[in-house]
Amino acid sequence: MKYEAIIGLEVHVELATKTKMYCSCTTEFGGDTNNHCCPVCLGLPGSLPVLNKEAVNYAIKAGLALNCTINKETYMARKNYFYPDCPKNYQITQDETPLCTDGYIEVAGEDGEKKIRIHRIHIEEDTGKGFHRVDGSYYDFNRAGVPLIEIVSSPDMRTPQEAKEYLEKLKAILQYVGVSDCKMEEGSLRCDANVSIRPEGSEEFGVKVEIKNMNSFRAVEKAIEYEIKRQIKAVENGEDIVQETRRWDESRLETVSMRSKEHAHDYRYFPDADIISLSVDDEWINRVKESLPELPEQKKTRYVKELGLPEYDAMILTMSKSLAAFFEACVAEGGNPKEVSNWMMGELLRTLNDKMLEIDDVKFRPADLVKLIELINKGTISGTIAKKVFKEMFETGNNPEKIVEEKGMVQVSDEGAIIEIINKVLDENPQSVIDFKNGKTKAMAL
Amino acid sequence: MAVTIKDVEYVAKLARLEFNEQQMQKFTQDLNGILGYVEKLSEVDTEGVEISIHPFPMFNALREDIVRPSLDREEALLNAPEKEDNLFKVPKVIE
Repeated sequence: MKYEAIIGLEVHVELATKTKMYCSCTTEFGGDTNNHCCPVCLGLPGSLPVLNKEAVNYAIKAGLALNCTINKETYMARKNYFYPDCPKNYQITQDETPLCTDGYIEVAGEDGEKKIRIHRIHIEEDTGKGFHRVDGSYYDFNRAGVPLIEIVSSPDMRTPQEAKEYLEKLKAILQYVGVSDCKMEEGSLRCDANVSIRPEGSEEFGVKVEIKNMNSFRAVEKAIEYEIKRQIKAVENGEDIVQETRRWDESRLETVSMRSKEHAHDYRYFPDADIISLSVDDEWINRVKESLPELPEQKKTRYVKELGLPEYDAMILTMSKSLAAFFEACVAEGGNPKEVSNWMMGELLRTLNDKMLEIDDVKFRPADLVKLIELINKGTISGTIAKKVFKEMFETGNNPEKIVEEKGMVQVSDEGAIIEIINKVLDENPQSVIDFKNGKTKAMAL
Repeated sequence: MAVTIKDVEYVAKLARLEFNEQQMQKFTQDLNGILGYVEKLSEVDTEGVEISIHPFPMFNALREDIVRPSLDREEALLNAPEKEDNLFKVPKVIE
């Protein structure tokens, strides 16, 4: 039997605010433990949380960029649970009234563009960080209370590739609008996946399994791929799929059962009376709307229409905000868009991929790339030499003119000068000339 | 919708509290009394009335995103029954 996978993603994103969600402690990453804490984020009795206006702005921004409806009246809720990473024993989040609902992201699916719906986006707070040692668990609460949005997709993805594409698109959009730096390695973007399978053509949903602990987009893709295979195998062996949470084990490349839902949490959500309800009017929404920068989709269209780039180039170059910024800076320096695009899509992206670097790590300036192209166009260097110059630029950050000059890479296209060099070489090697005339082609090596 | 001793046990477990049989019985009685009293509210017709979260129709008590000093670390850790390496220490938990 053929099976179809149903995939939904829950993504937590740390907002780029200066202070925490409900108190004025800094959100700065790193530093010493427990030095960004106050009575509010430590959950001390009598302390009162006050919502961060900028965090609400960022959440609205994310909602608008992801085509959501912004809900006018919302309130915060308490999610009750005991776990030492949560000092208050409840998390202040949103339950029945998420700030944003019903959005979507378009991904390039297997059969053309596909809309992945976003069910809801709500605002909440992060937890503290635990370290588990033999003799006990240790906690640092610097991260407790850091503003988060949780973005819940509808179960609209059908393949691991689609899930990865959704994540890449989501990250690009959130970076564009500047609501988060989305660094998975620093935990500012985290992703859980819900996966179930059903016979192809069936309308019913199967039992879903939640997968956690995926530390890269690649891991998300691999974990979902593994999980689909595992579930199909189980069903074919006549086993039931258990509703449970499974952890992705990166070293064993498999998902491992964490806990089944038999002792399911009872969070007992109820409105948090400490925080006054939120009312977002049209004026506020419009103010945020006006502050939105050009989004990837709009940029892509502009690159094609105004700069004459092929659709594919435009898609790649707008995949990240930094890449698009670099491209636009080159064009602003007078670079021909197509030539710049060729170099960026070719040498630059290839080198970055090889070295596992990001565009932000590039040492040379956009103007240097434009200059390099100019040197080729003027005939000062050949295309082959240009690649060598590029390599040097990439490694040292030096400008191409300097490299060409220092390394004597200037291409000589004066015919007279070339003949003069040839004659000189021949004069200096009379024996080789004789050998060649006598039919010894080895002399050609000269 | 009377509260049974099972409900009291469940709520006590969620709150990580332990009671003896006698206390459980008393809580069951007390809670039934309280809920019975509050039950009177259900006599009111609330058809079409929005839920109210706060006694006053107030909105948007918000804070500007400006960093203020946090507690000194020593102070932050002052109430911790156990601490080590500037971290709060608790009995080992792994879910």
